[in-house]
Amino acid sequence: MTEPLYELDDVRKQYNGRSVLQIPHLTIQQGEILALVGPSGAGKSTLLRLLNFLEPPSNGRIQFHNTPFSASQPMPLSLRRKVTTVFQRPYLLNRSVEANIQYGLRLRGRRNEQVQIDAALQQVGLQKMARQRARTLSGGEAQRVALARAIVLQPDVLLLDEPTANLDPYNIGIIEQIIRQLNEGTGATMVLVTHNVFQAKRLAHRVALLLDGRIVEIAATDMFFHNPTDPRTKAFVAGDMIY
Amino acid sequence: MNQLWQGLLQAIELIFAHDPALWEVMQLSLRVTGVALVLSTLIGIPIGALMGLSRFYGRSLLMVFLYTGMGFPPVVIGLFVYLLLSRSGPLGGLESDLIPALFTPGAMIIAQTIIAFPLVAGFTMAAVMGVDPNIRQQVRALGATRWQTTLAVLTEARVGVLVSVIAGFGGIISEVGAVMLVGGNIDHKTRVLTTAIVLETRKGNFDLAIALGIILLGLSFLANLLMLQLQGRTTYD
Ligand SMILES: Nc1ncnc2c1ncn2[C@@H]1O[C@H](COP(=O)(O)OP(=O)(O)O)[C@@H](O)[C@H]1O
Ligand SMILES: [Mg+2]
Repeated sequence: MTEPLYELDDVRKQYNGRSVLQIPHLTIQQGEILALVGPSGAGKSTLLRLLNFLEPPSNGRIQFHNTPFSASQPMPLSLRRKVTTVFQRPYLLNRSVEANIQYGLRLRGRRNEQVQIDAALQQVGLQKMARQRARTLSGGEAQRVALARAIVLQPDVLLLDEPTANLDPYNIGIIEQIIRQLNEGTGATMVLVTHNVFQAKRLAHRVALLLDGRIVEIAATDMFFHNPTDPRTKAFVAGDMIY
Repeated sequence: MNQLWQGLLQAIELIFAHDPALWEVMQLSLRVTGVALVLSTLIGIPIGALMGLSRFYGRSLLMVFLYTGMGFPPVVIGLFVYLLLSRSGPLGGLESDLIPALFTPGAMIIAQTIIAFPLVAGFTMAAVMGVDPNIRQQVRALGATRWQTTLAVLTEARVGVLVSVIAGFGGIISEVGAVMLVGGNIDHKTRVLTTAIVLETRKGNFDLAIALGIILLGLSFLANLLMLQLQGRTTYD
């Protein structure tokens, strides 16, 4: 946790002239799990889209592996492919479970990687369902496939946008365990958007509170929950903030 | 009524006897329509994908053209191609080897392609627009290039895309006006199922006309059956 992997400077995002994200400065360290919390509409998903280089910022720039990304500088494909996102909904392709997990590898021209695919299936506990059509899975199983599809790529960065919202405790447990294993095992950096304060406490090294597109407070998890400085963080931590 | 029965029986006989005249006409029909369909697919699917997936200046206008094309009277397209290819026309005047002359299968293929590609494009566009845009974002997040994203969406919409091709087939296999105009219904050369039916009916060869009609019906029926089957499948996916 020394070298900054991402460095954001004066990053702003506007939609139709309305500012939805405004971050003067933010660094994300290699290997850390950063939790993003905040009410709906705060700009959390927008920030993840920028971090995955799916959209450029309207202003400012994001440095990733010391390579700039801005409105005029697209991120090279090879670097973009070091990052992936698991969204709240799994968005599986209408193919078999195995074909879904294989998909990202095939995009990269990697074809014969059955060992990796089997390992990913095993990790999410779905090895028996490899040939099943993805659309016939339950919500929890589908989300585990989405996670397997991401981790088989061994990304440098895994972005997670409310990955366990609407899931049952059993599936939440499995997914949290995989997130932790991946972070500890491969040193993958993660940004986790969550509405679950306990999840943030369990997984994150640092927590950031986003309100109206701005980072109100960012601190080590312990500090964030036990010794927040901003009154709005205090309110959030105390559970006074109504969603 | 008697005439109809007699015609029907003789028609069935002709079909099972592999009547050479019948086979020749059917083969030419399938060849012309087949090539036109391949061309329509090559033109129509990219246009449909582009219009379904990107927002660009002039898209709505293009959409109006496309919808107009989907409902355009084929015979008017026949007239248009006729004028283009005739000796005094802009293309026919060039006398290039690449441009087919009037009254050849090539001319019929051009007319059928112009009739079918808006159908393929329109149905493909609808199919592609039916794919959840979040799938696109997910695929990009997994590292897809723009081209790979388009391919992924077309693959997701594969049933609808197939339906678009079948709709194109249905639109041209049974078309008569345009192929009559630009093909000329020349024996052994440009006579296809529909134009042959017109001719044989006029000549009073009802058996042959009915046999041709049965084959045409059968082909259209098969295409529609396949289309319904596939459309039925989409609703379960
Ligand atoms: N593509 C878009 N076009 C216009 N407005 C958008 C778009 N995406 C997000 N927004 C707006 O940006 C704000 C932040 O949205 P989002 O990042 O999804 O918030 P969160 O994930 O924290 O709930 C919201 O007001 C939302 O309406
Ligand atoms: Mg969100």
